Amino acid sequence: MPDPAVILDASAIHRALTRIAHEIAERNECSSEVALVGIPVGGDHLAARLAAILSGVWGHAVPVGILDVTMHRDDLSDRIAPAMHPTEIPFDVTGKTVVLVDDVLFSGRTTRAAMDALNDFGRPQKIQLAVLVDRGHRELPIKADFVGKNVPTSLDEKIALRLTEAGAAKDEVVLKKQ
Amino acid sequence: MSWTKKHLLDIESLTAEEIITVLDTARGFKAVGERAIKKVPALRGKTVVNLFVEPSTRTRISFELAAQRLSADIVNFSAEASSFKKGETLKDTALNLQALNADFIIIRHSASGAPHFLSRVLDAHVINAGDGAHEHPTQALLDTFTIREKKGRIAGLNVTILGDILYSRVARSDIWALTKLGANVTLCGPSTLVPKTFEQMGCRVTHDMDEAIRNADVINLLRIQHERQRKTMFPSIGEYAQLFGLNQARLARTKPDAIIMHPGPINRGVEIDSQIADCGRSVILEQVTNGLAVRMAVLFLVNGGKALTETAQ
Repeated sequence: MPDPAVILDASAIHRALTRIAHEIAERNECSSEVALVGIPVGGDHLAARLAAILSGVWGHAVPVGILDVTMHRDDLSDRIAPAMHPTEIPFDVTGKTVVLVDDVLFSGRTTRAAMDALNDFGRPQKIQLAVLVDRGHRELPIKADFVGKNVPTSLDEKIALRLTEAGAAKDEVVLKKQ
Repeated sequence: MSWTKKHLLDIESLTAEEIITVLDTARGFKAVGERAIKKVPALRGKTVVNLFVEPSTRTRISFELAAQRLSADIVNFSAEASSFKKGETLKDTALNLQALNADFIIIRHSASGAPHFLSRVLDAHVINAGDGAHEHPTQALLDTFTIREKKGRIAGLNVTILGDILYSRVARSDIWALTKLGANVTLCGPSTLVPKTFEQMGCRVTHDMDEAIRNADVINLLRIQHERQRKTMFPSIGEYAQLFGLNQARLARTKPDAIIMHPGPINRGVEIDSQIADCGRSVILEQVTNGLAVRMAVLFLVNGGKALTETAQ
């Protein structure tokens, strides 16, 4: 098997997140209405990093939560039960502009599940989507508002995000053949 | 970490990893129970049948709520108002329920092995909610969940199970689960109800109550199963309460952080002093809360499991 190719290194990840944070700030004038919600595994750490950058831009803390979408997946009867992760949304989402944060946008099914799951917590005014990598192959009419990098892929490839928060030696995004 | 089993029939056939998978999944479901909206769509469109051929309130309601919170439809079936009275066999009853497209059959039966039998004749997922004096797997899972939540671990803990071990399916499932996870299990009660043969399951047997609870981190009290005892196994309830009931004097001689557990229904004044059942060290009602989360986890996990022959392909 060939070595996985690094498509984003640590500094590229940091630059992409910084740019996304500024795009979020540019799109949302009323900064007090914005909250970030990360989707595990991966999106939760990215949401925390984005919140840190955004709070520097705006000069105030940005609420950040974690949303597990396992219960809302549409393939639960076709597969072995996936692992559950904790959900922590320490603020009321009703009326907020919620920016969902995920590591990789692929079929769009995780995003759909996340929008459904978010409805159980209230009615956000707007939902926006930020992803570090958009790899294409959408199966649903879903589009990201903020993208770190567009990476054309084939279906037999896999993209993995490795972050120091999750125990990796260094931050990187790699592309590998399955 | 993954769960591939189609049924939950007993704890004996589970690995430590599988038990941990249930406990970890249940932790997520417990958080769901604390939300404003307690319902998730994971089993939407599925049908669950509670086939309770033996009476139960706690377990049946717990499974019923668990199924509802996962958005499944649930039908309750009790032996009193059924064709069992007209002589229908368990197999025929179950096949009829399956013909109505039931996806899950949760069975409680007085005969040991009834769930295993159903798992061989049905395509549906089968979950054992207690079979005779054999096993009660979801009770053991909620007990270990509660212990892990309270103590932070299972391995190395001293767990004492007190009372009617011989006729208790809870005791057998607890012993399997706790020993697989590395706890030191001590059994105690009258010698007629706690025979030495249980040492073969990897636990210690004693008939001295004070010695059994002295170093315990967890004290799990069991009810006397009058309905299963064919003849009197001890002289009187009064004598049992005196020798093996947990009272204030005995509690004072235990570790100050030892927790008191009971699978319910409790008999106040027999195996447990009324005040102790309500004291801060009693986790009896938390066990009930955790039972709901554990049963949601079990339904969720077996839904993704396939029969062995299917996974082999």
